[in-house]
Amino acid sequence: MNPINYLYLSALLFTIGGAGVLFRRNAIIVFMCVELMLNACNLAFVTFARLHGNLDGQIFAFFTMVVAAAEVVVGLAIIVTFFRSRHSASVDDASLMKL
Amino acid sequence: MTTSTGEAVEFWLLATVAVLGALGTVAMRKAVHSALSLAGTMIVLAVFYLANGAYFLGVVQIVVYTGAIMMLFLFVVMVVGITAADSLRETIRGQRWLAALVGLGFGVLLIAGLGNASVHAFTGLGQANSGGNVEGLAKLIFTTYVWAFEITGALLITAAVGAMVLTHRERTERAATQRELAERRVREGAQVPPLPAPGVYARHNAVDIPGLLPDGTPAELSVNKTLRSRGQIRDVSGEALEDLKALEQRAEDHAEGKGTEGAANSGAGSGGRGAPSGGTGAEPPNNSATPANGAAR
Repeated sequence: MNPINYLYLSALLFTIGGAGVLFRRNAIIVFMCVELMLNACNLAFVTFARLHGNLDGQIFAFFTMVVAAAEVVVGLAIIVTFFRSRHSASVDDASLMKL
Repeated sequence: MTTSTGEAVEFWLLATVAVLGALGTVAMRKAVHSALSLAGTMIVLAVFYLANGAYFLGVVQIVVYTGAIMMLFLFVVMVVGITAADSLRETIRGQRWLAALVGLGFGVLLIAGLGNASVHAFTGLGQANSGGNVEGLAKLIFTTYVWAFEITGALLITAAVGAMVLTHRERTERAATQRELAERRVREGAQVPPLPAPGVYARHNAVDIPGLLPDGTPAELSVNKTLRSRGQIRDVSGEALEDLKALEQRAEDHAEGKGTEGAANSGAGSGGRGAPSGGTGAEPPNNSATPANGAAR
């Protein structure tokens, strides 16, 4: 099996996640799609590490996971705060600053 | 280093599952189903990490992503609830087509770019993992990437503080005790004794019927504020007032009927007039008054 298949899978998952961010309006699901994109990147990093025979790619994936964890915590807190004030989790309703 | 047939079979099976999970994340109507689909995709990715020699990352993926992050997502889904925002109906005209177009174009670009790459075989991690995967990672983290690693610590603390600031609501003052509440009521001259109960002096005892004051008017305070704002109060004071009027009329008729006979009418009249203010107690004298009335006629 050609190693590039892993990269194709990664690109496909990234594209699906990106399309999901554009499609969906529920903030939580948009957030899940962002997570999916991050995971797709991690798969590419791990594949590159094996391609090149060193562990630097895995370190990058590790840092991505840490940043994703921090991002999820703050992002979900923002969603909960927004829901408390607006009683909605739709990204359409966050239009207070729109002209 | 070439990959084994087993890995190829594993890849094609699990890649299908991963793509289905990703599509489910995007297409599922309910947020809970989306979260479960995403968890499935993440577990499949963990297997791919293990197959690619990233043993530490494979375990961390399961523990952190499917264990912690997805559970956090599920908690928030439960807090926020299933709202109308879950509908897949589009609100901006043409947004769906544009999104599909952008997604497709982006995917084609990515995959075409990858198609130009000349990748034939893995170098393999045999040498890098020779001292153990975790040891190899640790050596890199604490030498080459030590600065980034320390910044990561600052980032995690900032995120934890940020989440607390965003979601925590501090109670700035002490809750008033019962004694303080009572003293404040007396000081303000508001309702000092307990609120009157509903249904008192009325014909019914239900909570949606205001109690009647001795003069027959409804007491607003006796009914729950929520019921009052909803307009769910059944006012029977009109009925009660009519009953009272009829009773007084009968009592007067009775008194007039007796007036020709003797001077005892004043006592009977005051007795008949005192009873209706007793509300529910008005029924027995009413009934007993009727035969007396009939007898008088």
